[in-house]
Amino acid sequence: MSGSEGLSIHDRPNSYIGRSVPRPNLPRLLKGRGSYADDVKLPRMLHAAFLRSPYAHAEIVSIKTDEAEKVTGVFRVFTGDDIAKVCSPWVGVLTHLEGLRSPPQHALAVGRVLWQGEPLAAVVAESRALAEDVLELIEVDYKELPPAVDMEKALDGDAEVIHDVYENNLCWERNVNQGDVDAAFAASEVVIEEEYRFGRHTGVTLESRSIVADFDAGEDMLTLYHSTQAPHMKQALFAKHLDLDEHKIRIICRDVGGAFGLKAHAYGDEFATAAMSMVLKRPVKFVADRMESFLGDIHARDHIVKGKIGVSKEGKILGLEIDDLTGIGPYSVYPRSSAIEINQVLNLTGGAYVFENYRARGRVVFQNKPPMCQYRAVGHPIAISVAESLVELAASAIDMESMQMRQLNMAADDDYPNKTVTGIPLENLSHQESTTKLMEMVNYQEIRNEQAELRSNGIYRGVGFGALIEVTNPSPAFYGVGGAPISAQDGCSIKLDAKGNLIVGTSVTEQGQGAEAVISQVVATAVGITPEKIKVISGDTENTPYGGGTWASRGTGIAGEAAVKAGKVIRNNILDVAGILLQSEPETLDIRNNQIVDDENGTERMSVAEIGRIVYYRGDTLPKDFQAEMMVVQHYLPKSFPFAFTNSVHCSHLEVDVTTGFIKLLKHWVVEDCGTVVNPQNVDDQVRGGVVQGIGGALYEECIYNDQGQLLNGNLADYLVPMAVELPEIIVGHVESRTFESDLGAKGAGEAGTAGAPAAIMNALNDALRPLEAKLTRQPFTPQRVLEALGKV
Amino acid sequence: MKPSPFDYVKPASLGEALSLLSDSDGEVAVLAGGQSLMPTLNMRLSSPSLLIDINGITELDGIEVVEDVIRIGALTRHQVVQSSADIAQHAPLIAMAMPHIAHPAIRNRGTFGGSIALADPAAELPACLCALGATIEIAGNKGRRTVSAVDFFKDLYETDLADDELLTAVEIPVLADGYRSAFEELARRHGDYAMTGLAAHGLIDGDKVSDLRLAFFAVGGTPVLAKNAAAVAEGKNIGDEMISAVQSALEKDLDPFDDLNCSAAVKMLYAKELTSRALKALIR
Ligand SMILES: Cc1cc2nc3c(=O)[nH]c(=O)nc-3n(C[C@H](O)[C@H](O)[C@H](O)COP(=O)(O)OP(=O)(O)OC[C@H]3O[C@@H](n4cnc5c(N)ncnc54)[C@H](O)[C@@H]3O)c2cc1C
Repeated sequence: MSGSEGLSIHDRPNSYIGRSVPRPNLPRLLKGRGSYADDVKLPRMLHAAFLRSPYAHAEIVSIKTDEAEKVTGVFRVFTGDDIAKVCSPWVGVLTHLEGLRSPPQHALAVGRVLWQGEPLAAVVAESRALAEDVLELIEVDYKELPPAVDMEKALDGDAEVIHDVYENNLCWERNVNQGDVDAAFAASEVVIEEEYRFGRHTGVTLESRSIVADFDAGEDMLTLYHSTQAPHMKQALFAKHLDLDEHKIRIICRDVGGAFGLKAHAYGDEFATAAMSMVLKRPVKFVADRMESFLGDIHARDHIVKGKIGVSKEGKILGLEIDDLTGIGPYSVYPRSSAIEINQVLNLTGGAYVFENYRARGRVVFQNKPPMCQYRAVGHPIAISVAESLVELAASAIDMESMQMRQLNMAADDDYPNKTVTGIPLENLSHQESTTKLMEMVNYQEIRNEQAELRSNGIYRGVGFGALIEVTNPSPAFYGVGGAPISAQDGCSIKLDAKGNLIVGTSVTEQGQGAEAVISQVVATAVGITPEKIKVISGDTENTPYGGGTWASRGTGIAGEAAVKAGKVIRNNILDVAGILLQSEPETLDIRNNQIVDDENGTERMSVAEIGRIVYYRGDTLPKDFQAEMMVVQHYLPKSFPFAFTNSVHCSHLEVDVTTGFIKLLKHWVVEDCGTVVNPQNVDDQVRGGVVQGIGGALYEECIYNDQGQLLNGNLADYLVPMAVELPEIIVGHVESRTFESDLGAKGAGEAGTAGAPAAIMNALNDALRPLEAKLTRQPFTPQRVLEALGKV
Repeated sequence: MKPSPFDYVKPASLGEALSLLSDSDGEVAVLAGGQSLMPTLNMRLSSPSLLIDINGITELDGIEVVEDVIRIGALTRHQVVQSSADIAQHAPLIAMAMPHIAHPAIRNRGTFGGSIALADPAAELPACLCALGATIEIAGNKGRRTVSAVDFFKDLYETDLADDELLTAVEIPVLADGYRSAFEELARRHGDYAMTGLAAHGLIDGDKVSDLRLAFFAVGGTPVLAKNAAAVAEGKNIGDEMISAVQSALEKDLDPFDDLNCSAAVKMLYAKELTSRALKALIR
């Protein structure tokens, strides 16, 4: 027991918490020495290419592979039936989402193809180029079937029913009814109704989905070098569907070039790659190319929401109602399901405010488009855009400053714990302080003055806000209770080596967001070792503790706390040895800067390296009844709250060219509260990167489909992602309201930017156009749509 | 995203390249900067059996002022054109257009001749050449010939180039006394192909414009010279009333189509707006 025991990690001397410590992995990445799945080259490795359906809906009458199989260099051609013999189908439902249904989905299509791009056969050859050549020799006889493309028509009586085991295309419906919404609307001073549309878009990771499957027939062992966010979940899924024991599967996931949620799902091409490696008993590589990414990665959003708000004369929100419809493709995605996004929309709409009457309906429908699933800030941009637009429209109708109306409807910062209208507990939020801080940063009055002045010159600038709560650090309530093999807990192992260095294993993964940096900072602080003496290992199911991985803004909050706990244990273990050697009470000692010191005055007594040496080489000098433990592991699971909610607030300032419909973003501000900020630069960059993705959804990104379910812009020239020139300066401010669940007190920060930016942009746009009586509610806000709203075309 | 197999040759001279072109049967593709060709090969939108790499033919590279024309070799990289003092002085319209063409990495490889030969309807340079009355020089086994830019562009990605010919150079008359240029483009993001664009060139005397050439791009299969609009503008002072008359005349000149980014109606609106901007810029 050291003198610092019992104190919080925040009281540690020489703390690295709250400092922008450079990421330990940066030099490696900057020197081009990153190790992505595609960098893996194994002896005897083969390459897979997939034949993908050209149709959105068709029967596979026959597949002929003999010509393809004759080609020299081709090892085997697999059809859906071949893969089905070694890989069982899956069903993407969660049992806690009552009524959610989806039929079994095969890795490669069997009998029918249900979206353009669905894989139905694969060639394994000595090179990817050859495999692609040979795809052209596979003869498929398709019988085209009418596609169900338009989600608004999916539930019509005459709609093509995609799965004949069901009576219609409904996948899931949820209804919420709190209080008396009709009475609330009747009592309201103003009631505003509006319809909102959100384009279907996708994740666009720089590194595409990748897997190298290496089945070792000698050990009956499948090693998967895989770009993923959830190694242990993937281990469980591959084990289940390939009928292997979990310890016979090892997932190695070193560097990941962006994931944004899309690498946390089961993909047929990836499962087929693993299955083919098992059949061929050779390593097989599959790296999705960009065209496959557009057709094969999950898509996201695609909602139509009708919203209604009623407010009193004074600006109190009396009632809120939403009706959300979303099209999710032909299957609910495994294992997280495609119902979580709409579930979040229902849970979060208006979540920043205290009100009592809420009614919501969410309907999820099947359609012949790529499957849709969790992407950064799941559901949030929709919920927040709808609520925040309604709030600004209502504020304008009663002639009140929208921020004033927000603050009026937000709980006081000392009024926590609290609950949302649907009963979800909120532990500790700071809406009032955050909004106040934002307004100071924005210099609101000056912007308003300038706006008025410029309007008289025909220049239309607008300012808009978006306030939000965000789900982070989920407990098993998110997925585990629904039966998915998704861990909500994380672990951290720490080993002291003989030279006083720490080898740290974490169960979260590094996907470019700086997880390894955060774990290293926390361990450095908790133990008293400097960061350069700490090595963090992540992304290896054989060498790291079991845990959930990186998603839902959980890495720092959950794995960080496991690191705090493991750090404390090994510090105590080291000090126990030091106490013996120095003939001092361990409580009177501490570790600072790699030295054992007197806790009281910091006098150096001996080095930690010396402890390592003695423990490992001269254990004979320690007491007979004492065993030093220099490797420890600790885990952490949040238990008191289902989620650690955070809050943030955005402001967008923009200018609309009313002759061309072009929108120029001038500036964007965010104040976010993720509790303890472990690494300010990392948090700022997470927020900025998130804002950029939010800008993508609001202004640029949309998968454009024709009525036959064909994607018209499946390449990076036609699918527009925001680029540096179009981006405004993004200013980030922080308020720190720690979660009391953990010692570290960190909540998540990874999604706040994406969650709130679209709302703020929509509001700023409509603020700019208010004098022209134009209003836009359909994202992305393209120049075409702006001109239509202005009545110019 | 790997191309179908193809053979590859890199001739060292124009003559060698031309005989390779005429001798080979099957589909042949000429490789210049590769910025447009390589993606089409990788996406298997085309599968030529032979690639003739012309990057070794040094005589196709470079910018030269010869008497009253400025000559740009087909292989001259966009980046070289962009930073050329001769271009800035003698063909300022080209200099104005260059920053709108893609991004620096693409301009480092992409060639002037490649842009012209490709004839993308939304590309900047074909329209500039039409506005400037440039001449395209073409070499074939029977010798060299020239064709005016306006006649060179036939249709969507279709030009006057025969399968066995190479584009060797472009000749642009050097800027004559009193002439000015303006360049305007609207693209979703900086560096994207245009939603609508305009290259304008004319003789300016005070506020008066004559011999005006308005070459629009991304509104048809080829660059479109707005002749009715130019006729309305002829000899008039550039001002609000004149601009709206010119804008109205555009309805007779342009027949745009919808694309992924916007509708034909938006393109017409943009064409009018860009006309106004360009005319004002001409007298600024
Ligand atoms: C992301 C991106 C954005 C772009 N944006 C723009 C833009 O905004 N505006 C724009 O104008 N361009 C744009 N481009 C295209 C770029 O300018 C190309 O470089 C150019 O169009 C073609 O030039 P190249 O030298 O690369 O030709 P290549 O790709 O090598 O060839 C293109 C075609 O021309 C033929 N060809 C080339 N040279 C000759 C010759 N001398 N004789 C006969 N045939 C020949 C080839 O056979 C081929 O069919 C963009 C490209 C990319 C990748």
